Amino acid sequence: MAIDLENKMEIMKGAKALMVALEKEGVKEVFGLPGGANLPMYDEFSRCNIRHILTRHEQSAAHMADGFGRVSRKPGVCFATSGPGATNILTGIATAQADSSPMIAVTGQVPVAMIGKDAFQESDIIGMANPVVKYAFQPRSASEIPLAVRKGFYIAETGRPGPVLIDIPKDVQTNESEMTFPDEFKIQGYHPWTDPDIIHVEKAIGMLLNAEKPVILAGGGTIISSAFAELQTIAEFLMIPVVTTFKGKGAFPENHPLSLGPIGMHGHAEANRIMTEADCVLAIGTRFSDRSVGTFEDFEKKLKIIHMDVDPAEIGKNQTTNVAVVGDVRASLRIMIKMLMQKAVEKTDETTWFKHVKETKEYWKENLKLHPGEMGAAKILRKLRELLPHQSIVTTEVGQHQMWASLFFDVIQPGTFFSSTGLGTMGWGFPAAIGAKVAKPDVPVVDIAGDGSFAMTENSLATAVLEDIPVIVFILNNSTLGMVAQWQRTFYERRMIGVDQGQCPDYVKLAESYGAQGIRAQSMDELDKAIKTALSSEVATVIDIPIDPEEDVLPFVAPGTSLADMVLPS
Amino acid sequence: MWAILSLLVENKPGILFKITHLFRSRNFNIDSISVGVTENPEFSRMTITTFGDEKQVAQIVKQLDKMIDTIEVKHLDEHKTVYRELSIFKIKLSNANDSMEINKLANAYGGKVHDVRKGSMMVELTATPDQIEAFKELAQPFGIIDVARTGVAALQRSGA
Repeated sequence: MAIDLENKMEIMKGAKALMVALEKEGVKEVFGLPGGANLPMYDEFSRCNIRHILTRHEQSAAHMADGFGRVSRKPGVCFATSGPGATNILTGIATAQADSSPMIAVTGQVPVAMIGKDAFQESDIIGMANPVVKYAFQPRSASEIPLAVRKGFYIAETGRPGPVLIDIPKDVQTNESEMTFPDEFKIQGYHPWTDPDIIHVEKAIGMLLNAEKPVILAGGGTIISSAFAELQTIAEFLMIPVVTTFKGKGAFPENHPLSLGPIGMHGHAEANRIMTEADCVLAIGTRFSDRSVGTFEDFEKKLKIIHMDVDPAEIGKNQTTNVAVVGDVRASLRIMIKMLMQKAVEKTDETTWFKHVKETKEYWKENLKLHPGEMGAAKILRKLRELLPHQSIVTTEVGQHQMWASLFFDVIQPGTFFSSTGLGTMGWGFPAAIGAKVAKPDVPVVDIAGDGSFAMTENSLATAVLEDIPVIVFILNNSTLGMVAQWQRTFYERRMIGVDQGQCPDYVKLAESYGAQGIRAQSMDELDKAIKTALSSEVATVIDIPIDPEEDVLPFVAPGTSLADMVLPS
Repeated sequence: MWAILSLLVENKPGILFKITHLFRSRNFNIDSISVGVTENPEFSRMTITTFGDEKQVAQIVKQLDKMIDTIEVKHLDEHKTVYRELSIFKIKLSNANDSMEINKLANAYGGKVHDVRKGSMMVELTATPDQIEAFKELAQPFGIIDVARTGVAALQRSGA
């Protein structure tokens, strides 16, 4: 590396410039897997301070970066080679996009002159990834790399976060160029934040104060913008009960008297009931997904909707609203609090509505029928909650266990629960837990898993063991693709096709074969011990908990129906 | 409703792909599209016409606006906009009078005649899409061999 003193520009290779640019962004870890087209980047790991965490599949590298990004709120970085390496990370990128998670994915590409020639391991990843990235760059000369990285991080983490792809042809990695690392730049067509319109906030306050049965619906955006304190202040001040979307689970402490938990297809009975009775909803950072709201049509006539979101395109996309406040939701809520103070609005006392909410909560606590067995999902997850410190990070896989976690695992400390809620990617939870543990090594990290979903990325055990990242995998094992089985029982007259996973593999032996700890828990006593052992373990631990394959997730709101049509356990 | 959208975008490779991909992935339709560089070579102007109800059009505009490569997205009011499309018709000549008749028709619509030869002639017409449709209807009885249309180009009137 030579330094051109006159211009204060450094001459270096593209691959070196990439690593320097990443270091300037504060990157300490990269998750990835090397191959032919990204070897020049990999060679630079020997000359920089960034730790490389090797994965056994590129999809897992992307999920690890995603988990890291959600927990640290800084983009996680993953590397993959061209062709199949790049297509393997697509699912991970799409998952991050669906859940607005900041990520930088760096792929190798065939040399510029080979692009379009169907070269070995060539794929048009820019074209393929376009609908699932927030933005994509393909530097065609080495000197473009530093700005692509700077802009990439800026785009990934501002406004509504999302994944950014940087695809670098191999010769662009190896070519030398004079490099400048600009701090300042302009992206003319990008306006990540709008200042909330005060008149709309005022209207929203008027609506909330005039409502008899107001509800706050907190979505994932509440967690992304860390608006926990603001949300709690408003809820407590106006005595408004809080429901969440599944992605917003844990935006509000779930042991709080005003908390009702998630609404939706597998929402809490009390949350779905109160939502259908409400006359005004303050929806914060949510896109009114079909899984959350079912269909509002049945009761939206009496429901006034206030929608706060950072993304103007979300306003009116899925749900017509009465008042919209566009801007960072934390900033919007702060303005709302300030205006409430200026107006000298008095703190609301216990209302009849609050009393009704309290009674509804108590009713369902007493009356929701749970699985009668010792190892029912509710009992298992409540045991985990009892033993797990509140600051622990919890991720989930996708399936029945995920919805049981939504129903029975209370998040006490806001922003400690993460799941693939938008794309619903099986295999997400375990690698995401590894990424989360890298971001926060001092707290326990648990992946609440099912056997079907865990099987998709179980080879990340190698990463957890070799890279010394001791996470806990908590498998509710019904030897079945349980959610599909439940739908076949419910909608297809018990014709069970393609759901039996057998006792294959033996997850205790599987864990041990990777050098991890495997524990089977078949009773509450064994489970108690297993969780305690895992929490004090220095290696990754898999707890395999056999459960009844016939247990359904209930309550259930069938697709296309209203939250009012909730099916309850019989 | 029929809507004219005017987009100022970065003049870079791949932008047209991204814009058209957005229409496809969001389940919107492109009725016509025209693209050309602006007075500033850094930018291109795209004019897209589309169909949708008011809510759909508002959503298209928001999604386009959200794209990082778009500098400006406008839903133009057609009454306050100059919009034209260029079309070229190749029309059959069967009878002795046909060329004269078509010439008259072209004149009535402000069109120009090209390439008159035995059996066919061409008419170039720059007009609104409605006028082009009307011309097409009147030319139909002669027999239209081919049509090429550019899609609409549009600019808002000053002070509008």
